[in-house]
Amino acid sequence: MTGEQLAAPTVPDFAPTAPVRLSVRDLRICLEGDTQSDVVDEVSFDVAAGEVLGLVGESGSGKTTVALALLGHARRGLTITSGAILLDGLDLLGLSHQEVRALRGLKVAYVPQDPASALNPALRIDTQLEEGMKAHPGAVNDIPGRLAEVLEEVRLSAGLGHLRRYPHQMSGGQQQRVALAMAFSCRPSLIVLDEPTTGLDVTTQRHVLDTVRNLCTAYGVAAVYVSHDLAVVGGLVSSVAVMYSGRIVEIGRTDKVFGSPVHPYTRGLLAAIPSPERSELLRGIEGQPPRPGRRPAGCSFAPRCELRVAGCAESPPLISVADRGVRCWRASEVVTRGADPSQPIPDRDMTGGTVLDVANLTVSYGRTPVLHDISLRVPADCCVAVVGESGSGKTTLARTIVGLHTNFEGSLTFRGAPLAPGMRKRPKESLRRVQYIFQNPYTSLNPRKTIGQIISQPLEHFFDLSRSERDERISAVLKDASLSDEFIPRYPDQLSGGERQRVAIARALVVEPELLVCDEVTSALDVSVQAVIVELLRRLQSERHLAMVFITHNLALVRSIAQSVVVLSDGTIVETGSVEDVLERPQDPYTVRLMEDVPKLSVATGSPA
Amino acid sequence: MDAPAPASSDAEGIARTRMRRHQFLYNLGRAARTPRGKIGLVLAGFVVLVAVIGPFVAPDSSSAFITIPYSQPSAANLLGADTLGRDVLSRVLSGGWQLILMALAATAFGVIVGGIAGVSAAYLRGKPDGFIMRTVDVILAFPQLVFALLLVSIIGPKVWIIVLAVGISHAPQVARVLRSATLDISERDFVKAVELEGVSPSRVMAREILPNLVTPLTVESGLRLTYSIVIMAGLSFLGFGIPPPAPTWGFMISENLIGLSSNIWGVAAPAILIALLTIGTNTFTDAVARVSIGIEAREQLPLLAPDIGIVAS
Repeated sequence: MTGEQLAAPTVPDFAPTAPVRLSVRDLRICLEGDTQSDVVDEVSFDVAAGEVLGLVGESGSGKTTVALALLGHARRGLTITSGAILLDGLDLLGLSHQEVRALRGLKVAYVPQDPASALNPALRIDTQLEEGMKAHPGAVNDIPGRLAEVLEEVRLSAGLGHLRRYPHQMSGGQQQRVALAMAFSCRPSLIVLDEPTTGLDVTTQRHVLDTVRNLCTAYGVAAVYVSHDLAVVGGLVSSVAVMYSGRIVEIGRTDKVFGSPVHPYTRGLLAAIPSPERSELLRGIEGQPPRPGRRPAGCSFAPRCELRVAGCAESPPLISVADRGVRCWRASEVVTRGADPSQPIPDRDMTGGTVLDVANLTVSYGRTPVLHDISLRVPADCCVAVVGESGSGKTTLARTIVGLHTNFEGSLTFRGAPLAPGMRKRPKESLRRVQYIFQNPYTSLNPRKTIGQIISQPLEHFFDLSRSERDERISAVLKDASLSDEFIPRYPDQLSGGERQRVAIARALVVEPELLVCDEVTSALDVSVQAVIVELLRRLQSERHLAMVFITHNLALVRSIAQSVVVLSDGTIVETGSVEDVLERPQDPYTVRLMEDVPKLSVATGSPA
Repeated sequence: MDAPAPASSDAEGIARTRMRRHQFLYNLGRAARTPRGKIGLVLAGFVVLVAVIGPFVAPDSSSAFITIPYSQPSAANLLGADTLGRDVLSRVLSGGWQLILMALAATAFGVIVGGIAGVSAAYLRGKPDGFIMRTVDVILAFPQLVFALLLVSIIGPKVWIIVLAVGISHAPQVARVLRSATLDISERDFVKAVELEGVSPSRVMAREILPNLVTPLTVESGLRLTYSIVIMAGLSFLGFGIPPPAPTWGFMISENLIGLSSNIWGVAAPAILIALLTIGTNTFTDAVARVSIGIEAREQLPLLAPDIGIVAS
């Protein structure tokens, strides 16, 4: 790595025309007391007034660490070791603690991920909004006036009426607008947004994003928008920096980077986003990113890269290729390659009989019915997707099928025999034949047991096997789930989210079930891992001729795994049919809206996704 | 498809694996290396040493009348004599092991009974929960010492009754702590996953939930041990301990009180030892608790582990 290459990381076309508000140079953040283990390294970028830079990457890529560094802050255990953060020409890293604090809120403002926990539940909204302005005497002369103004700006429609409320009296979208108003109240030069729309539904997300973009343009504010959701970022930001393992691997204008990605990681990431419009195999990125602070020598993406060559053992500089900066030795070759061809999903014949028949199912919590008159059929060797927003009752349906929820009327028939309400009343054999995979792999594995013990447990319970037979089956099922025997003595907290979910899949499959119920199994995972897991499930389902119920809120995923789909809204089925019919010709207005709300990667800058 | 590389490097992996397998010992070991833990260990260790070696090195018999009552310390009687002219040093050296053994037994009994009650109440919910926790409330309504006194005065001062009484008086507190810990754990998906196999409740509690209670159990046991020592000593101070002439620290304090001005050591020696022991166990327990919840987890900083996943995205 040479100094010259680092000094000029921005590419000609990327150089903004408006005055540069924020300029980050060679930012390096290390573990405290260990300057060898960097968590963030060689990060340089510029953001002009009115511009929004998207900082995207997956868990552990260092994007939030960079975002916090822009406020002159390092999380506990981290320390900013070198580099410069120039805000309107002033280097934040050269200032004392007090001086930085004086700038926070005034010159640089932060919008946190979860407004519900960022707002103080015990204080009224106006108190919290005024707090920031009062902390910087002289910044705002007419505080009540500015308050009204900023509420107008963030389009809190009821305006002053909201001021006397407490945070819990507002919706998530309104809370996020309050957080935005707090950030904009002192008219800062830079605003850092840390995944501000993660917890919001799609429509609200879009409104909040529009507000952010309009405010930035109108007041010449530079914004850095941190997100793992490429589709959201694609519609919002004018330029984007893709981070991997603490470094920027590709940076440039959004239309260039997302329209024709060059770095193999960006390409993989974009290919992993499921699309409701194409029926193709999902391609994730195999392997795991290195742990923060443990980046391997050379190109950090090389171990997972399909294009790696011997030269990748050396760390590549950020070079300018095709109007963007790319950190890849083979960037110029990749540019001429074009997009990777996609693979269609192989057809399959579904000749087997019905495995699960749900008829006129009405499920209640206490006396409140949450599912009304649900009927669906899962044929053998077929995956039925159940789609709906949160609160639609899809998880309740899954839990009722497997026996975790007992309060229902109607009938559940499995292979011709009725399923009793509740697992305690079901025979052992029926419990074995229906397996459930939980939503969150971080809670579904016992932290005090090794992977071997976790998978062995159902085997011991359902089968009478010798130790060696058990070990054999465990090895076989781990191999099926793309894990090796090395994982047997490990504990869940030594595994990444994707690996944990593979273990959960292995645990379900080791008892050779006939029906697999998957409840939002990818919602806790990064998009590239999600793609790998979905593809793994699709492959296993077809190899093992399983019947499967796949619960998801993401309509786009359906296409990559299911053959038929059931759309749930408020506990009733609004539409059902083959995947092709429902996704291409949605009939119900709710399905139409869901289809519209699927975040699509729109690379046309300036238009919302 | 190739198997993905394991997430963590080997050395770290092995260390964490070892930590998980012997969570209990691991926490104790780590606590012993903190300053707080060292102090606690030294204090409690000293008293335990006195109690264990004491009976073998005591210069005189603990019950022989060898000199004038309340005589001052001298070359022959290093800590002087007690109310009946017995050697205070010998009595102090001989009287500790029963206290420590009985406190340990009472703690073990209380933690086991309370633990089973608390875990079952939280896991089984409904009627068992109501029955167990209301019983707990009733026992809690009595002050611990009064409750133990009540049992002992009804049945008589036998060793097993004292142990049982003190143990039972601990059970409600242990039950409460473990109930709340279990409430949280039994809602986790991994418990549901095992329930879905049709595994019996007792097995779920023993195999899935109990291993996750190691930390609260360790801390609670240490805390209860401290209380056991105090209550045991208190009982014998009040005359409800092992009957005289057995040399117990608690009873020594009460029988020598009237001679406090003549020979302070008859009261001070056992009192100091009891104080050191309780302060020591309590300090060490505190160190264990701090290590377990990570206040002093400086050794390996899993701060940046990508395991935090969703939170740290």
